[in-house]
Amino acid sequence: YLQDTSLADANSFSPSMPISPSSMINQYKFEDEPELRDLFITVDDPESHITAIETFITYRVITKTSRGEFDSCEYEVRRRYQDFLWLKSKLEEAHPTLIIPPLPEKFIMKGMVERFSDEFIETRRKALHKFLNRIADHPTLTFNEDFKIFLTAQAWELSSHKKQGPGLLSRMGQTVRAVASSVRGGVKNRPEMFTEMNDYMETFSQKINVLDKIAHRIYKEEREYFNEMKEYGPIHTLWSASEEDIADSLKGVASCIDKCCKATEKRMAGLSENLLPIIHEYVLYSEILMGVLKRRDQIQSELDSKVDALANKKADKDLFSEEIGKLEDKVECANNALKADWDRWKQNMQCDMRSAFTNVADNNLHYYEECLATWESFLASQTVDRHREEDFEDRP
Amino acid sequence: MEDCLAKKMEITVSEAEKRTGRNAMNMQETYTAYLIETRAVESQNEGQCSPVDSLWRRYSEFELLRNYLLVTYPHIVVPPLPEKRADFVWHKLSADNMDPDFVERRRIGLENFLLRVASHPVLCQDKIFYSFLTQEGGWKEMVNETGFQLKADSRLKALNATFRVKNPDKRFTELKHYSDELQSVISHLLRVRARVADRLYGVYKVHGNYGRVFSEWSAIEKEMGDGLQSAGHHMDVYAASIDDILEEEEHYADQLKEYLFYAEALRAVCRKHELMQYDLEMAAQDLTSKKQQCEELATGTMRTFSLKGMTSKLFGQETPEQREAKIKVLEEQIQEGEEQLKSKNLEGRDFVKSAWADIERFKEQKNHDLKEALISYAVMQISMCKKGIQVWTNAKECFSKM
Repeated sequence: YLQDTSLADANSFSPSMPISPSSMINQYKFEDEPELRDLFITVDDPESHITAIETFITYRVITKTSRGEFDSCEYEVRRRYQDFLWLKSKLEEAHPTLIIPPLPEKFIMKGMVERFSDEFIETRRKALHKFLNRIADHPTLTFNEDFKIFLTAQAWELSSHKKQGPGLLSRMGQTVRAVASSVRGGVKNRPEMFTEMNDYMETFSQKINVLDKIAHRIYKEEREYFNEMKEYGPIHTLWSASEEDIADSLKGVASCIDKCCKATEKRMAGLSENLLPIIHEYVLYSEILMGVLKRRDQIQSELDSKVDALANKKADKDLFSEEIGKLEDKVECANNALKADWDRWKQNMQCDMRSAFTNVADNNLHYYEECLATWESFLASQTVDRHREEDFEDRP
Repeated sequence: MEDCLAKKMEITVSEAEKRTGRNAMNMQETYTAYLIETRAVESQNEGQCSPVDSLWRRYSEFELLRNYLLVTYPHIVVPPLPEKRADFVWHKLSADNMDPDFVERRRIGLENFLLRVASHPVLCQDKIFYSFLTQEGGWKEMVNETGFQLKADSRLKALNATFRVKNPDKRFTELKHYSDELQSVISHLLRVRARVADRLYGVYKVHGNYGRVFSEWSAIEKEMGDGLQSAGHHMDVYAASIDDILEEEEHYADQLKEYLFYAEALRAVCRKHELMQYDLEMAAQDLTSKKQQCEELATGTMRTFSLKGMTSKLFGQETPEQREAKIKVLEEQIQEGEEQLKSKNLEGRDFVKSAWADIERFKEQKNHDLKEALISYAVMQISMCKKGIQVWTNAKECFSKM
């Protein structure tokens, strides 16, 4: 096994969305050792394809790289959602105890978003972009062969490559076995560390799901508020039409309310562009992590059952020993891989949460600062008028 | 500068109390009584505080006072009372008359009403008003003795009747138009404001949910824990802050409501003018037709068709004596009518003059008050924004420590 589980570049991540490959360099955070990223990926340009059998969307995937193992330094391919699914399952297969980033869901059940609405496609595109970039940032996954093929192969090359290797059914079997073994009451020799991880993930999963609901609720309330505000300003303008002396004040208030209304729209947009997707990603991550822990347990139980079998059968001791030796290695590697990836995941999570919530705070600050400026300037204009009126009255 | 009552007397409605008593049908009822306190304003040199007089009144007595003023001073835009029942409520606000917040806002509204009357150059001199403030017992009887109720009934009927005036004073027509528009636009504004308040409440309160989940999440985190926990606390503060903000806004809404009701008072004055004008036109019409009749009888010609004329043609003319008698009666009526018309004309002109003076006074007051109200609304918004900035600055600091 040549799994690189070093943590040297544990901080390689990109919390923000690069707009173009060239701007990605600026988005990268430099830690103590300036590490140059050598793989830049964008997902954009969704296109609809209509055939006799189906309608589907493809996305353009552009890769720019300076790595030697790539024949060229720039690639442009088209991929559909199915292809991403394939990549994910290949990665899971190759690295059962690594944390593979989440893919956006197949369908969105909640809300009225239609399968091919612009909003849905854009949300999916952003998530796919993130998916590939997270893989690119992962110290091990970034060198995965299937990943390279995904980024570089032409459509026909990819489909012929896909046909090789274990089929869907065997992969399903693996997961089913993993789930079954954990249902049977856990693993008896599970190291303390992984029990802790399990406990952590159970609570984390609960909390992140609650957060997801709260964030959506906030968005909904802000949108309702925005809808009412849209009607509020114009009434003042209407009123000003029947007034003379106070017409200016009324129009001033109308303009302030309209500006605040626009500001609240910006705040809403910020929520939907940053916090909501991140929290959703971690909802998916919590499921992924539970799966990873189960797979690790399953690998361990393979070893345990062989050890038990050995204890009962004196014969074929040598053969068993060799097998057990291999399994012991397998378990050790799996554990190490998971441990390292877990630490990396936790650091990323902390960072993502910090930046997402700080962004929410910033959005709210901008909102209030904009509204404050609007009302203060209105107030100033009224006080100026008032002084002017007072001066006028004082004249003989 | 007129020396109105407000300058000589300090008036407050300082307390509200729940009472139980028996009503006109001898059934038990609960109502709220309001304490009116008055004190003569001493000159500053004396440095002595004069004693405070007080008495209790309930809302229905305020209504009685206002109805009396409406009938007795039809040319005055009479200040309105705070609403009888809670209107334009949003979900947190109670529509219950006995709700302490509603009672408190009503207390302020009643005080405002008394101050408005006391600072009105004409109304403040009214004896009934003065007794309302100073005489606890027997006030109701005193009001009823003025006999205003009789006038009130016919006035109410007239206000609701529809009739067409041929030559109204254009200014009053425009003013009536304006009062309709004012009423419509302020109602609309209050309705939408209530909905906006409701939504704003929702936004703030939902943030309160962060507090609990952050706290529970922080329990499993080592490095993030503190940041999460303290951020959650700030989210609770944010959620709680909306209560005070919206309570203050209710006072702004009450200021607008006052002018919503003022619009009605304005319309009442316009209608009174219409009534008088209509009355005048009817009287003039009546006089003209009588004069015509008289002329016809005198000259024996019939210019207008009348059933009497036809029957007399068919069944024979009247005797000269009968005709003379009729002419005499008509002449008397005509004389009476001309005098009445003269006095009605005078009345009408006086009414227009004094009403218009009060309307000008009202316009100035309205412009001043509404402008101040809009400014106070801006001040409230500014305060809300500053609070928001504070909370989110604190929260941001906590988040950055996660």
